[in-house]
Amino acid sequence: MYVAVKGGEKAILNSHKLIAETRRGNSERPEITIEQIADQLGLSVDRVMAEGSLYDRGLAALAVKQAQGDLVEAIFLLRAYRTTLPRFAMSEPIDTAKMLVQRRVSAAYKDIPGGQVLGPTYDYTHRLLDFALAAEGGVGMPEAPVADEALDDGMPHVADLLDYEDLIEPDLPDPDQPEAFDLTREPMSCPAERDQRLQNLARGDEGFVLALAYSTQRGYGGNHPFAGEIRMGEVAVEIVPEELGFAIDIGDMVVTECHMINQFEGSADRPPQFTRGYGLTYGHNERKAMAMALVDRALRAREFGEVAKYPAQDEEFVLYHADNVEAAGFVSHLKLPHYVDFQAELSLIRQLRAEYEDRQQKDAAQ
Amino acid sequence: MSAVSAVQWDEAYNFAYLDEQTKRMIRRTILKAIAIPGYQVPFGGREMPLAYGWGTGGVQVTASVIGPDDTLKVIDQGADDTTNAVSIRRFFERVAGVETTETTEDADIIQTRHRIPEFPLREGQVLVYQVPQPEPLRKLEPRETETRKMHGYAEYGLMSVRLYEDIARYGHIATTYSYPVMVNGRYLMSPSPIPKFDNPKMENNPAIQLFGAGREKRIYAIPPYTQVKSLDFDDHPFKVQTWKECCALCGAKSSYLDEVILDDRGGRMFVCSDTNFCEDRRAKGHTGPLGADPAALAFAHKEPAQ
Repeated sequence: MYVAVKGGEKAILNSHKLIAETRRGNSERPEITIEQIADQLGLSVDRVMAEGSLYDRGLAALAVKQAQGDLVEAIFLLRAYRTTLPRFAMSEPIDTAKMLVQRRVSAAYKDIPGGQVLGPTYDYTHRLLDFALAAEGGVGMPEAPVADEALDDGMPHVADLLDYEDLIEPDLPDPDQPEAFDLTREPMSCPAERDQRLQNLARGDEGFVLALAYSTQRGYGGNHPFAGEIRMGEVAVEIVPEELGFAIDIGDMVVTECHMINQFEGSADRPPQFTRGYGLTYGHNERKAMAMALVDRALRAREFGEVAKYPAQDEEFVLYHADNVEAAGFVSHLKLPHYVDFQAELSLIRQLRAEYEDRQQKDAAQ
Repeated sequence: MSAVSAVQWDEAYNFAYLDEQTKRMIRRTILKAIAIPGYQVPFGGREMPLAYGWGTGGVQVTASVIGPDDTLKVIDQGADDTTNAVSIRRFFERVAGVETTETTEDADIIQTRHRIPEFPLREGQVLVYQVPQPEPLRKLEPRETETRKMHGYAEYGLMSVRLYEDIARYGHIATTYSYPVMVNGRYLMSPSPIPKFDNPKMENNPAIQLFGAGREKRIYAIPPYTQVKSLDFDDHPFKVQTWKECCALCGAKSSYLDEVILDDRGGRMFVCSDTNFCEDRRAKGHTGPLGADPAALAFAHKEPAQ
């Protein structure tokens, strides 16, 4: 006999209890804490904050715990919570030139003012499973040595060094558009300006942006990029309250920034010049920041009179499909019942089959 | 209208989840949509605690028009007891504390996915559709920049060609749901994925019909008593689905029927997709060919899936 396909309220409640039990795992082991996730799964938390568009380590760690480590689900939880938050103020633009740098590398120059700072990176680790981490007592309290001297205060952006020679396009705010587009308050609109595109990429799915960036490197719309600079560290966030009229510091946040330098052969009205691709994410996420910078440059095709013929250069394609909360929702909605529409299609296909068989019989008779 | 004495909803959230500024923004969008029937108005859709594609547009529209004294009905596939309808109804019970009902007549607001109720709606009711893809031309032209121009110029030849190609291939139009309509003689509109069976109910309907597409961030509307024509040709007029069978439970011959598989040997029955309509008929003594069958009755009594 068939099982009723309609799930009642009880089934939903039981399902909630079942995920709660599964999430808790083996009850003989201690429950993981939010603090442990925020500290020890910090890069997961960074990604959730970046794509969740909300800088709050505690809430992001809670989302990771609640989602059983499913980061796309955690991003969704954080976004839904973000909707309920009032907006107190718009911050001043952050100044990454004044960043308290933890890491800063350039692939364009051997040495740069302020120096190369390797900082924390997996880049030069051998990807060998470290069984010491699996040992009963863990790894104890590893400590990194402190440098003999402090880092330079002045860490100019590498791309700006080229600016002095006029070899790279200037990076100036658009005088016609004093306020940046806000994708969280306004719907997407195409053709999009660069602010809207960058905001979309910053909260876009890391895997999607990475794959698009990779496609540009393999010839689907490439621009020969150089990693001008990648830096990561703390920046101050400031707001100007109306009643004060001057900027006050409301806190610090860690961001990762990438400037890509790209070739440009020039056009009838522009001299040959390096062009820029820009990436910025919350937290420490170089993969995303670099991928974003590559895709940003690819999406500027229109601006440089390049023919946009590849997916990464196609603004509507990229912008409308980058968001993993939208994408995951729409793919998963296929799990919802569609039996009304399926019934309609079923009737149609029976009708088409009957007509087809009629025709076959008539043809055979002739 | 009685005054609400105490907060009846989860106080961690504003009434109906959205903050008042957002509701105002959505209400302005709805007013514009009603003023230009069938036109898709972009709005700053918010992330909701419901997945995109699962009714976020409908939920935002409902959240913006609902008041504490309103009674809400939520259906999916015509049924009040499908999981997502249950989930959305529970959401509004929690964040708005409103009365809910399964009776079409008693509802002030009906949020729906894929169906229009069989009972005629009345003036004062609001039907809120959940819309996955608001653009009727999207499968013909993937670019929003292009389709907006096509609407601007009322350049809808492409859709007529598509319907004509069906006729050329099959001898009839082979679109069974999301069947495109022309609203007020101006805008081509997607009715959302309702079966074409429901299309005629949209025309001259006394209720306000609002369509919310959350992921695509569009709202559109059909005001009461508006002309809504399903596209067709003079020699191939629009026709709705019909069944040889009647509802196995209530015997209805004029409702939209779902096919329910009874065994693995081709056994099946047809039942009303609108559960409220079917229950009402059975309560009034109507019965269908399987009205006394224990298995069929188990279905009617909504044995919950465990």
